Amino acid sequence: MPDAPNYSWPPMEKRRVLGKSTKRVDGPIKAAGRAKYSSDFTQKDLLHGALLTSPHAHARVTSIDTSGAEKLPGVTAVRVIASPGTELMWAGQEVASVAAETEEIARDATRRIKVQYEVLPHLVREDDLKKAGVRAKAAGEQVKGDPDKAFQEADAVVEGHYGIPVITHCCLESHGNVVEWKGDKLNLYPSTQNASGIGGDLSQNLKVPASNVHTNMQYIGGGFGSKFAADLWGVEAARLSKASNGRPVKLFLDRATELMMAGNRPSAYANIKVAAKKDGTITAWQSESWSTGGIGGGGSPPIPYVFDVPNQRKNHTAVSTNCGGVRAWRAPNHQQACYLTNTAFDDLAAKLNMDPLEFYDKNLGLTPRAEVYRAQMRKGAELIDWQKLWHLRGQSGSGTVKRGLGLAMSTWGGGGHNSQCRTTIHPDGTVEVELCSQDLGTGTRTVITMVAAETLGLPLGAITLRIGDSSLPPSGASGGSTTVGGVSSSTRKSTVNALAKLFDAVAPTMGSSADQLEAVDGRIQVKGDSSKSLTWKAACQKLGVNKISEMGENNQRNPGGLNSSGVGGVQLADVSVDTETGLVKIIKAVAVQDVGLVINPKTSESQIHGGCIMGICAALMEERIMDQQTGRMLNPDMEFYKIAGIGDIGEIIVHLDITPEHDKRGVVGLGEPAAIALLTAIANATANAIGVRVPEIPLTPDRVLAALERRNA
Amino acid sequence: MRGVGISTGAVGSGILETAALAAPAGNVAGPGAVPVTLKINGKPYSLNIEPRVTLIDALRNHLDLTGAKKVCDRATCGACTVIMDGKVVYSCTTLAIEAQGKDIQTIEGFSQNGKLHPVSAAFVNHDAQQCGYCTPGFVVAVKGFLDKHPNPTEQDVEAGLGGNLCRCGTYVGMRKAVLEAAKEMRGGRNA
Repeated sequence: MPDAPNYSWPPMEKRRVLGKSTKRVDGPIKAAGRAKYSSDFTQKDLLHGALLTSPHAHARVTSIDTSGAEKLPGVTAVRVIASPGTELMWAGQEVASVAAETEEIARDATRRIKVQYEVLPHLVREDDLKKAGVRAKAAGEQVKGDPDKAFQEADAVVEGHYGIPVITHCCLESHGNVVEWKGDKLNLYPSTQNASGIGGDLSQNLKVPASNVHTNMQYIGGGFGSKFAADLWGVEAARLSKASNGRPVKLFLDRATELMMAGNRPSAYANIKVAAKKDGTITAWQSESWSTGGIGGGGSPPIPYVFDVPNQRKNHTAVSTNCGGVRAWRAPNHQQACYLTNTAFDDLAAKLNMDPLEFYDKNLGLTPRAEVYRAQMRKGAELIDWQKLWHLRGQSGSGTVKRGLGLAMSTWGGGGHNSQCRTTIHPDGTVEVELCSQDLGTGTRTVITMVAAETLGLPLGAITLRIGDSSLPPSGASGGSTTVGGVSSSTRKSTVNALAKLFDAVAPTMGSSADQLEAVDGRIQVKGDSSKSLTWKAACQKLGVNKISEMGENNQRNPGGLNSSGVGGVQLADVSVDTETGLVKIIKAVAVQDVGLVINPKTSESQIHGGCIMGICAALMEERIMDQQTGRMLNPDMEFYKIAGIGDIGEIIVHLDITPEHDKRGVVGLGEPAAIALLTAIANATANAIGVRVPEIPLTPDRVLAALERRNA
Repeated sequence: MRGVGISTGAVGSGILETAALAAPAGNVAGPGAVPVTLKINGKPYSLNIEPRVTLIDALRNHLDLTGAKKVCDRATCGACTVIMDGKVVYSCTTLAIEAQGKDIQTIEGFSQNGKLHPVSAAFVNHDAQQCGYCTPGFVVAVKGFLDKHPNPTEQDVEAGLGGNLCRCGTYVGMRKAVLEAAKEMRGGRNA
């Protein structure tokens, strides 16, 4: 029996490609505007689809008349989604769909569909739990230790209210797809985080064999957790295509619909009481929390977050609202948990007149990775100049513009999803690497190419990579920061396997044995002896007419040391607050992150920058505003659903923990962990600046001024 | 507004009224498809489209010029940015018929002889893009900005590009990219 191949990552000091900051391989095509997203798909016989959606938050369809739409010239198909009797549960829910020769005609047609509704009572706001009535469902009390005794014996107790609202994903490429249903075959061009799996989802909904659906997606304009399923609009596009003689139908949501129903992050509100000893040791936690994520209620954030407080009493209530449904939002439940926990802890530290760094340090024993966090806090403090700039809460001088610092901590899993990769080495020396993964803009194409180049001793340009096509070996959906672990591991195994075959083929001609060969700098050589070598091309020519094609697989449950999960991070903020206008501005943000083995520092840093900027958006601007009177979202557009612009972000400093100790854990994803803590750090920095907690984010001027008014009252 | 018979009573006096009065009587386009000619990246394109078709839809749906993206569709995010007669405009709120006779530059015309435009190259160098959906709009906006402000400070960049939005959060690389592109473009002109 030959030895099992050695797939392990090369030692840090021997890597030529891994760990080197590398420009993303699809950068030029994207920056030149030539990358074709599914929403860019054009074809001569392409039809445009549109949806008619419910104007009411809760209603029953009593009649629907599509004849006006059907008669409109240019319309090829009209379909009723909500037939009479259907109960619609939120504004924006799908009622009917049309396909037409142009986008304009399709929209006209939806306006000609006459629907009568019986309007039913609705609830669209959950911030005041008392008004939720029967729509609130308590999950039951959870108790740990003896909270009553702990609160009685505590030296310091703080009680506060904290809230983090529903926000949307606001993907710039809205949800949608092009579908072509010809004969018994379907071609699907989606915008998805799940290129391997979405065809199966569509086929189940259409009751056709999964093998009849071919999926192809080369680029996606943002997902952030909201684009895994085929969705009703995928199913409708397929049916509209079938009803239009198999002509392809493009159906992407318009912006308002996108913001109303294509996913959101659940809210979380809580009344929290925490206790500590004089020296800052946290002893007890009590929370009454509630949240919504639409009809199904919201997620239950894992509080207290990161810190396992010895005595706890928790009650969580899910509120069902007539709003678009929740979807995974970059680090599901973690932003909420981080906010509720780290704001309460920050208030406790302020009450004790303690520096939060000292307070957290005292309590790191309650976390699963005390030394990681300790080192990260030290690094973060240094990068934000904490020792010089931090002051006791509210003691920010007599000027009207106050400055403050804050921090928060995070954790995430990661790991690597199931992934299969095929590497083909052709006799002419060309190399193909193929797997049906997707690059969300995280740099997936680049890391796969880097891993292949590292293993094969070739430059990046020698690797032809194919992804996004369902005829390729399957790879997992991009969720939970599992992609980089999955695809790097399967690519590593596949390329190691293919290279072993090449060694087998050339070893005899080199008067050596396969196990004595290595691939370095575009050559195959006897280990440590570059005088006995062949160029890559010459070596491949020895294959004659036979190409090498080898698979590699990452098994999520058995990653073999190539990837792992579980990271910690600390993010810090330095803000200024104008106490006359209520405007909060970011001066500086610092992110310190444990990320295991870093394949590409350049794109890793970009992802963390992105996570921080999303944190700034969530802290200062983002909020889905629902109107209880009308049941509608008041800001389903990008003018009033605010995200940060280039002038809103201040300075951002990223520190990746690249150390042998972290590296030996293998590859760990970082998309989610980077996007958790900053919004809370900003909230804490604001409290530090103005001397009072602004209980609910986003920290809009009206909320900041209201908090200041309460302080002065 | 042209040809819809705006009275002074409706709009009062001012520019709108003058424009309305100046419009030749009976010059009503549509509502059906009408011939429209657009000059894009120096080349003429003839189309037969409804007068209400926006420039972004004309580019994307009728000409397969899909670099510019339709995102907010309400002149907020800048993903649809093109340059018209030297001025940066949102093509989602420009009608195609209004763009006739204008010199329209889209990102498709930026690369010359297969060489990336200096702005695009700077975006690649500084990783000023992730999903890339906002990128073409930003690249066009940056070119339009640098054409008018060849030597910007970082503050100028922040003010000058405030009309575009990115969701992935690529602004850190973008600030560096714009300054590098400015340098590159100045060098190119002086050389």
